[in-house]
This record gives sequence, C-alpha cells and structure tokens, in this order.
Amino acid sequence: MKLKNVLHLSVKELWSLWRDPVMLVLIFYVFTLNIYTAATAVPESLHNAPIAFVDHDRSQLSHRVIDGFVPPYFLTPEIITEQEVNPSLDTGKYTFVVTIPPSFEKDVMKGLVPDVQVNVDATRISQAFTGNGYITEIIGEEVSAFVAGYKYETRYPVGLVMRARFNPALESFWFGSVMELINAVTMIAIILSGAALIREKERGTVEHLLAMPVSSSEIMLSKIAATLLVVWLATLMSVYLVIQYVLGIPINGDVWLFMLAVAIHLFAVSSLGIFMATIARSMPQFGLLLILVLLPLQLLSGGVTPRESMPEMIQYIMLLAPNTHFVMASQGVLYRGAGLSVVYPQLIALTLIGGVLYYIALRRFKSTVGSMA
Amino acid sequence: MSDVITCEGLTVHYKSTTAIADISLRIPRGATVGFIGPDGVGKSTLLSLIAGERVLQQGKLNVLNGDISERSHREAICADIAYMPQGLGKNLYPTLSVEENLQFFAKLFGHGRAERRKRIDNLTKRTGLYPFLSRPAGKLSGGMKQKLGLCCALIHDPKLLILDEPTTGVDPLARSQFWRLIADIRKGGSYKEQSDLTVLVATAYMDEAQQFEHLIAMNDGKVLATGTPDELLAKTNATNLESAFIALLPEKIRRSHLPVVITPIDDNANAPIAIEAKRLTMKFGDFTAVDNVSFSIKKGEIFGFLGSNGCGKSTTMKMLTGLLPQTSGEAWMLGSVLDPNDIATRYRVGYMSQGFSLYNELSVEQNLVLHARLFMVPDAQREQRVAEMLARFSLSQHKDALPASLPLGLRQRLSLAVAMVHKPEVLILDEPTSGVDPVARDNFWRLLITLARADGVTIFISTHFMNEAARCDRISLMHAGKVLVTDSPATIIAHKKATTLEDAFIAYLEAAQANNDTKRTANGETSEEETKQEIQSKPAHAPMAAKQAIRYKMSLQRLLSYATRETLELIRDPIRLTMAFLGSMVLMVVIGYGITMDVEDLQYAVFDRDKSAISEQYTNSLAGSRYFLTQPDITSYEDMDRRMKSGELSLAIEIPPDFGQKLHKGEDVEIGAWIDGSMPSRAETIEGYVEGIHVTWLLEQAAQTSTTASTSLISVQSRYLYNPDIKSLVAIVPAVIPMLLLMIPALLTSLAVVREKELGSIINLYVTPVTKLEFLLGKQLPYIATSFASFVLLVLMAVYFFNVPLKGDVFAFSIIALLFVTFSTSFGLLASVFTNSQIAAILLTTISTMVPAVQFAGMITPVSALEGAGKIIGEIHPVSYFLLASRGIFSKGLGFGTLDFAVYVIAIGIPITLWLSVVLLKKQER
Repeated sequence: MKLKNVLHLSVKELWSLWRDPVMLVLIFYVFTLNIYTAATAVPESLHNAPIAFVDHDRSQLSHRVIDGFVPPYFLTPEIITEQEVNPSLDTGKYTFVVTIPPSFEKDVMKGLVPDVQVNVDATRISQAFTGNGYITEIIGEEVSAFVAGYKYETRYPVGLVMRARFNPALESFWFGSVMELINAVTMIAIILSGAALIREKERGTVEHLLAMPVSSSEIMLSKIAATLLVVWLATLMSVYLVIQYVLGIPINGDVWLFMLAVAIHLFAVSSLGIFMATIARSMPQFGLLLILVLLPLQLLSGGVTPRESMPEMIQYIMLLAPNTHFVMASQGVLYRGAGLSVVYPQLIALTLIGGVLYYIALRRFKSTVGSMA
Repeated sequence: MSDVITCEGLTVHYKSTTAIADISLRIPRGATVGFIGPDGVGKSTLLSLIAGERVLQQGKLNVLNGDISERSHREAICADIAYMPQGLGKNLYPTLSVEENLQFFAKLFGHGRAERRKRIDNLTKRTGLYPFLSRPAGKLSGGMKQKLGLCCALIHDPKLLILDEPTTGVDPLARSQFWRLIADIRKGGSYKEQSDLTVLVATAYMDEAQQFEHLIAMNDGKVLATGTPDELLAKTNATNLESAFIALLPEKIRRSHLPVVITPIDDNANAPIAIEAKRLTMKFGDFTAVDNVSFSIKKGEIFGFLGSNGCGKSTTMKMLTGLLPQTSGEAWMLGSVLDPNDIATRYRVGYMSQGFSLYNELSVEQNLVLHARLFMVPDAQREQRVAEMLARFSLSQHKDALPASLPLGLRQRLSLAVAMVHKPEVLILDEPTSGVDPVARDNFWRLLITLARADGVTIFISTHFMNEAARCDRISLMHAGKVLVTDSPATIIAHKKATTLEDAFIAYLEAAQANNDTKRTANGETSEEETKQEIQSKPAHAPMAAKQAIRYKMSLQRLLSYATRETLELIRDPIRLTMAFLGSMVLMVVIGYGITMDVEDLQYAVFDRDKSAISEQYTNSLAGSRYFLTQPDITSYEDMDRRMKSGELSLAIEIPPDFGQKLHKGEDVEIGAWIDGSMPSRAETIEGYVEGIHVTWLLEQAAQTSTTASTSLISVQSRYLYNPDIKSLVAIVPAVIPMLLLMIPALLTSLAVVREKELGSIINLYVTPVTKLEFLLGKQLPYIATSFASFVLLVLMAVYFFNVPLKGDVFAFSIIALLFVTFSTSFGLLASVFTNSQIAAILLTTISTMVPAVQFAGMITPVSALEGAGKIIGEIHPVSYFLLASRGIFSKGLGFGTLDFAVYVIAIGIPITLWLSVVLLKKQER
C-alpha cells in the first residue's frame, strides 16, 4: 500500500467531481437549502392543528370557549354544521371537530356537567394525542374562568415544574436541522463513493487501473478519502453557515468532537457505498439498492422517531448500522454538550463497524475484480 | 442526376474549436462517397449534420430536396435516411437479441408484422446473422455487431445510407463480407430500385476507400480534394490512396510524415525471452475463450496478434497483464512467473486496453500526470516526460482538453501516450490503432520501431490492419481461442502461396472455419461459403408495398416499440426487477414496524432527596406506568447530568428534601421533572405523560386525605375516529405506500433516458421518426405496469400481514394508485431528461422524492401544520393527496366523491411533468 498512490487517485476523484456541475449543485443544495427547508418546515408536535366547532349553544360561554383556541397550536377555529362533520373529517380538512351541546352555558351554570364531544382523526397520530390533551385543558380553563368570572388557575397542593433540558423551548427546528444534516452526510457519502466505482466499472477504467501497479486497497481508499474530504468540508460549512449562522441554533457541545464523529461515520458509510457498488452490476441496480439501504438507515436510526419505541428486534439489528451510533453521538454532542468521556462508546462502535465494512468491501472488491475486467 | 445533398458555408463550432469550417459540397444521387482524412477533421460532424442528428449552427444544408434545419423537413425525410454512428454497436441494445433489435427498429419505422418478418429474415439471411437471431447483441463479435447495425439501418429502405467508420475494429474477413453486402444492396439486390441509394462512408481504411466512386478528402474542417480514387491518384502521382492522401495534406503536416522503415530484428538466438506462455487456457463457465495458447516473445521483438473479433486476443493479453487469473497453463513475464498479485512487474509493463478507458473528467495532461505518478516516475523527470509524450503524440495543443471532447483517434493516441509514460520494458497494446488516421498510425509505428530496436522494448500488439501486421517481426493468427500459426509475415504468406498477408489470413481463417463448422457457434461467424451462397441465392423478393408515408402524428406502434424494448431490458435484468418488488416489500415491513409514534419504554430515573414514605409512593406511581422504564436511582446532580447527557435518561424526576414533611404541613412543594428536549416531539409526549401521572397521584392523595378536590364543571368526551386504538401501524402503513410508490417508480424511470445518453443509444431518438412524447411514454409504460403490480403487493401486505383493515373502495384506490404511479414515473423521466449523468439522476431523484415523501406529505406531521417552503411543497405535491387518499380509503372507508379533489391534483401532475420532460428533451444533438 502506497499512500502516495492513494493521494494521486484521490485527486483524480476530486477532479471528476469538480467536472460534474450538476453533482456540485446538488451537494450544495443538500447541505444548505435542503437543511434549511426541512428544519423550518416541521414544527413542534402540535402546531397549526386544524380545528372546527359545531356550536349548538351559540352562547357567551360557547363563544368564549371557541375564542380560546388560537395559533400557533391551533389554526383559528371554523364553525361548521353537524352535517359537515363527517365529510370534513373524511377529507382530512380538520384533525379535530368539537361539538358543543345545546344549552351548554345553562347546564354549566346549573352544575349539570354537560358533555363536550371531541372528534379526533386518529390517523394523524402525531397531533391526535397531544392535541386532545390541549383541547381538554383549554376548554376546562375557559369554562372555569367563565364561572369564576376571572382567569382561574387550578392550584394543586404539589406543583410540578417541568424543565426541558438542552432545548428549553422545545423548538423542533433545532432537532430537524441536525437530523437532516446527518441524513445528508450518509446519503451523499454512499452515492459519491459507490456511484464513482460503478461509473469506473461501466466505463472500463477500473480495468485500466488494475493493470497498473496499483492495489485494490489503494483504489478503494482513494475513493473513500475523496468522499470523506468533500462531505466533511460540506458538513463543516453546513454546521457553521446554516445551522449556527442562518438558523441561529446554539450548539451546546464541541463542534470538533462532532466533526470527528462525522469523519469516522464517513469512513464507514463510504465503505458501505463501495460494498454496494460491488454488488450492483449497473447504475440502475445501484440506484435501487441505494433506496433499499438508505431508507432504513435514516428512518430507523433514531433520527426520526425515538429508538426505544421501536420493536426490540429492530433496535438490535439497527445497532449494526453506523447511522444508529452516529445519531446517538451527534445528539449527545450537539444537543446535550456531551464530551468525549460520554460518547466514546459510540465512537468506538462506529470505528469497529467502519473497519468491518471496509474489510468486507475490500474482500468483495478484490473477488469481483475478475468479473470487472 | 439530381443532387441528394448540397451544402454551402457549413460551419460548426464546439466551444472554442472549429470542427467544420465553411464547407460547400454537392453529392449526386446514387453515388457512393467516401470521406477520408485524419481524426478530428470533421468527418463525423459532417455526417451527423447530414443525418439531421446534430443541430445546424451556420450555413445551408439541403438533404433530399429540403432544408435540413427545418423541423418539418427533417421529419419528412427521417425515414429515408439511415445513420450508423461511429463505435461498435453504439445504437444497438446489448441485452436485446438480434431479432428484438431488428423488430424494435422495424416498428419505429411503422412496418406491419408480416412485413417486418419478411424484411428481418431477408436481411439476416443475407448478412449471415440468421442463425443468431436469438443471440443478445452484446454477445456478438464486433463484425457481427456492425452487420446487425447495418441491418437495423436498412430495415426501412433508406434512400441515403450514412456509415460513420463502420468497419473500424472489425477483422478482415468480416470487413470484406460487410462491403460485399453493401455492394450487393446497391446493385439492386433484393430491393426495388435500390440503384438510387446514396451511400456516405467515413473510413480510416484507405484500401476500402479505393472502392468508392467518389472520395472527399478532408483535413482540419475543410475539404482538401474531391474526385474519383483514380483522379486523386492522378492528381498526386501516387500509387496508392494512402500516399495520395498524404500528398494532399498541407506542406507542414506532410513534412512531419516519413515512411515507416522496418529495421529487421537482430536474429540473436541468445536474446532473453521477455514473455512466454505455455498452454495458457482461460475458461468463462463452459466457454473456452483461450485454448492452450503457447508462444514466446524475445526481448526487443515486435510480436503481432491477428484474429477475428472475439477470438481470444484480448483475453490472452489481459492474462499477461495479470488482470485475469488463467484457468490453467503457465506464463512468464520478464523472467518471473506471472502472478496477479505481483505489483513489482507491473512497473515494467505498459498496457493499453481495447476501447478508450481513460478518465473523461481529467484533461489530457492530467491523465498523463496521474499515470506518471502512479507508475512512480520520479518527480524531477515527470514534467519533462509528460511534455515529451505530448510532443511525440502531437497532443500539445489539446493538453487542456477533456478526452470526451476529442475525436476517437486523438483519444487512442492519448491512451498510447499514457501506456508509455513510464518507459516500460514491455508494451502490451490491444488494438491500439483502431480509428487512428494513416499519418498518425505511421508516426506511431515509427515510434514503436525505435522503441523496439533502439531501446530494446518488447512489443506485443494486436491489430486489424494488415499493413501493420506485416511490420511485425512475427505474428500469431488466432481463431476461436486457438493459435493457428505463428511465424514471420513473409513465411506465412509463402506458406499459403498468397500474394498478400490479408489473403493468407483469410485462407487460414476459412480453413479453420471449415474444420470447425460443426461447432462454429463458439465463434459466431458464419462461414464464408455459406454467406456467398446466400448472397447468390437471393430470395425472390416480393415488391414492397408502396412505402406508406410515415405519419408524424402520434404512432401507437412506435410508442409500443419503445415500451417492448424497455420491458425486455427490464426482464433481462432480473435483479433490478426483484429489487423493485422485493425492495418495496422489505421497506414496508421495516418502516411499518420501525416508525412508531407510540412513545413507550422511556427510560427515567428518580433523584429522591427526601426518601420518605410519601416520596416512595410518588415514585411507585411512575413505575407503574406502562410508558416508563425505571432505571437505577440518581445519586447526585453530577450523576443526573452525566446520564442525561449520554442519552440514557429521557426523564429525571427530582423530589426535594423534606417533601413529605412540607406536604404534611400544607406548605408549597414542587417536584422537578427534567426532560430531554433534544427530540422535541418526544419531549412533549413525555410532558403529557408526566402531567397525567402527577394529576392522578394528586387525586389519589386527595381522596385519601379527603380534602375537597375541585370538581370539574364539564366532561370532555373524546372519540378517536378511524383508529380507535390510536395504533401507529394503522396510521403509518397506509402512509408508507405513497412514499414507496413515489420513490421507487421515480428511481426506476430516472435512469431510463440518461442511461441512453451515457451509453449512446439516445442517437436512435435523434435519427428515427419516433417523437419525443412517444419515446417518453414508451419508456414509461413498462414501469407503470411494474409499479402498479408493486402497489397491489403492498396493499395485500398491509391487509394480510399488518392486519390494517381496508375499509374503503378498492376500485377507486386502484384507479388513484394507477394515476399516481403514472405521475411518479413521469417525475422520474423528468429528472432523467434534466440530468446528464446517471449519478446525478439518482441523486436528484432521491433528494426530490425522499424529502417531500417523508417530511412534507403529511406522513408524520400533517401538511397544515407545516411552514414555509415545506408547506407549499406539501400543498401542491401529488404525494400529499395520494397519502390523503390512501389513509382515507384504508381507515375512513372512503371512495370517489370525497376524494375527487385528490384525484384531480394527481391527474393534473401527470401532464405537467410530462410536458416539462418533452420540452427539456432534445430531438437533436447540440
């Protein structure tokens, strides 16, 4: 193995990329605008929930209750008729429809405890649960306040003080932006390293390389190195420019520790990309394989939904994926300000997985050389 | 006789270079015209302009009585022109069989079934391809590929046949058969009035040019001379065309040319052996590519390998470079046993593979520098060595150009330069001069001879050019994996009592094929005899039905022709097909189970600083919840901090000191709940849970101590519709279907167009009557079918595997799904038309489908809750509406009516994406 060869071949890879303007634009897009859009689009779990009321009472109290629903949690409520309830829920126009019964105000004043019905579209699972809680709370408060004549506050003998650590206001773009960045890192690394090898296979240049005094591992390492460099720099730019500067997200932890994790992760996923390229015989096959690998990596690594809620089987399997450890480490470092002493197990796991992937890819690459030539 | 082609002031620029400068020509009807000249002088460009394949930049060009720059005229004469581009089988489809390729082209030109059969049988019988109708085009030898290309070109009775270097890289036997075929067709052959067929040929073989009626000698984008071969010879006082052409060249170039003088090799029996092979055999499965080949090459010898295509020359060379490990036999390279893992020997060997295999992304100079570095040319010498190579191969003026922008001959020269940059002791050159013009070839040979004689470099070369073979010290004739004869060219000629090496070679081949006739499939060439017979016994040909004027409106046949071809390619690639089906099913399982909105099994721990009975009671109320998993107690703030930072704890409960006492006294006490806010949605859910448990505990306390609890004034009855158990699966599974049906179909089609662009078969769109819409729709159809089948599978899985009830109108669901996959495949086509490389197409499709499908379509967060650009995308993207429909039909029992709006949005998306694709797709090369 000669590091010089790796260096020269890496430079060649960089030139290849440089001469492909569409790729450059796409990479830039993925690390900037894409992160921005994704981060700002997805709100806190309850946001702008569409709600409508069927007001059979039309009293002062019912109006007060309806006025109690304000953005950003809910969209300004709409008043609909009983007949519109089912169709509008069916088409997904509203997630919640609240029905206020006739003589609601009178019954409340008499202490008859009238029923308020809330219809929830439970297929929108992210809004259904939390939203219902908010609705119950808001209606309760408004009614109590109306009865008491002033804003009434429930007083319990024991208070509960909740503090969200690391992201006090629970702003979801903090979370979304970094997760999107993580996805971008994985996706671009696999595509760059894998597709570069497929392209050489399809054009016959691999054969040419292999006839030279260059070993398989040098060819492979050069692709990994070039990918690593490009994506690593893009990530760094994204962290400073997009996440910190444009989105203004405070990063609690050590950015360089995160960048170390990125580098190890890149080594692992670009090896994975090469491994996939040795399996796929053509670009179309690689494309399909990519989706097959990328989707589970992204959706099941804990970056979209919490790991602990997944079936145990999947949790265990996903421990074999580099993304899982990378997501854990990134969340630790970036959100919780964890140091090396906290995230070292993830870094070790990443290194091990990367090493194994590299080894498998190299074995596969060597054994398929014959069929490539 | 009227002129078929007239042009005036034709000029073409590529970026900064001028490919054609102010050319004016007239070509009469029925002529056979040869275009001769070095590479890169504009022959190919001129031919592609005449074929209407390339956009006309400047000047006037009339072809078949009309202006070719007018679209209407191009469409009108399209069926009268047949164009075979440069490169072996460039416009053929390698996975399709001979028959399927021919059927495809025949359908594009609108022939009926019976007519197609007749033409295909006739053409293949005459070209000797008939026995191989079912063989995939990719497995044909070079000569056969070119014959097939010719058949495909002739299938529609063209009036103008344009052949761009049709015999480059084809062995002499196949070449002579090819030209006999053309002559035969021109004579009238089986076609009516074919005598007015005009044939334009660009060629690098001067001996071929001799047969043409007219020659057009070109250089540097200009016409040097025109006339019959005899006129050219007379004009230049030359005996053969090769020297005539050289004489026509401008003074400056002419002077650079010197005749090749062969210094005979020192017949030193003691010279060391450089390369030796003993009983070398290579088998691919049960196919023997190289069979017991033995030879030895002395140091400083020029050793030639001749043979028809696919006879095992390249495979032998690959074994000697260590690229392919041999099946059996032994070989020595420069005294050491051949070992694929032996890197050291490789520094001493230069190899040039068949076909261009250098980096198109690196400039000419960068390619040379890279190879110099990889071969460890010392830094001090590198610059000078690269400059030397650039000068030797006349590449200096192109050093900053990208290889892709250079003509074939220049690229070959670059490959040579690269193979020699490290001054190897042995050069293995696999058909290095295919497509290189005579002057450059001679220059190259002089260089080889100098290397061999002066520097003692051993040269092992394979070639198709007989005059090159004659220059070798010794040659081997190979056929079907075996060496027929090895000797000096003169001895070989003498042995067969032939006059030229070509005749001797053909005699050997015929003898070998006669022996092999029974198992001739191993090589794939029909024997000469058979071809002759077939040509003589031309089948009586029924007069063609008057050629129906091909209508240039939509043709279902052409569309279906593309659809059939695409389907066949898909079927021939079973891996891709299985991945498309199996992939979506696997993903459905993974995502269906993996994504869950149920927040459960949250790890929490308590920091109990009170340790009283009442604090324990509080702790137990949490432990009893199914949402929480108790972890060992927190011992200190540091402990809490560390465990929360590592992500071990999602929730930490802090019970203050004297909690029990203060509560007893009725003083204000507060319990602290620390929630990991790094995942906001989870944090909110935790807040909800904790709040709920806290209130329940309070009520229990109140009941026990019988303090008056505040009674509620109202009761809120919540009905969870459609999904009463609030199960994630019911919400997620119907949402996964739209996601997969957007991503996978789009990815399937996204490579459809760009792949043809990369592999070159896009040329069929340029030169056949197929319209852009037919081309796109034809490609789309098979993928719509595949994707719809995949939809059916996914729904079945949802119902029977995930037990998600399907309550609504199945028929409506199918129709909407069909519309939706039509949309997603159109979207893939759009990405494909938009990009120029397959990688970019994959990346673009992945980004532009995955992000909207996962984040903006409402799978997890409803569209109404989104903000900014995401919301806009979510509101206009058909995937949001298909998701709405999928959930509606699965869970809400809907059908048409309520879903009409969704149907409209999806339906509108189809023409928009297709229209954009049609607009962006080019019908001519630029």
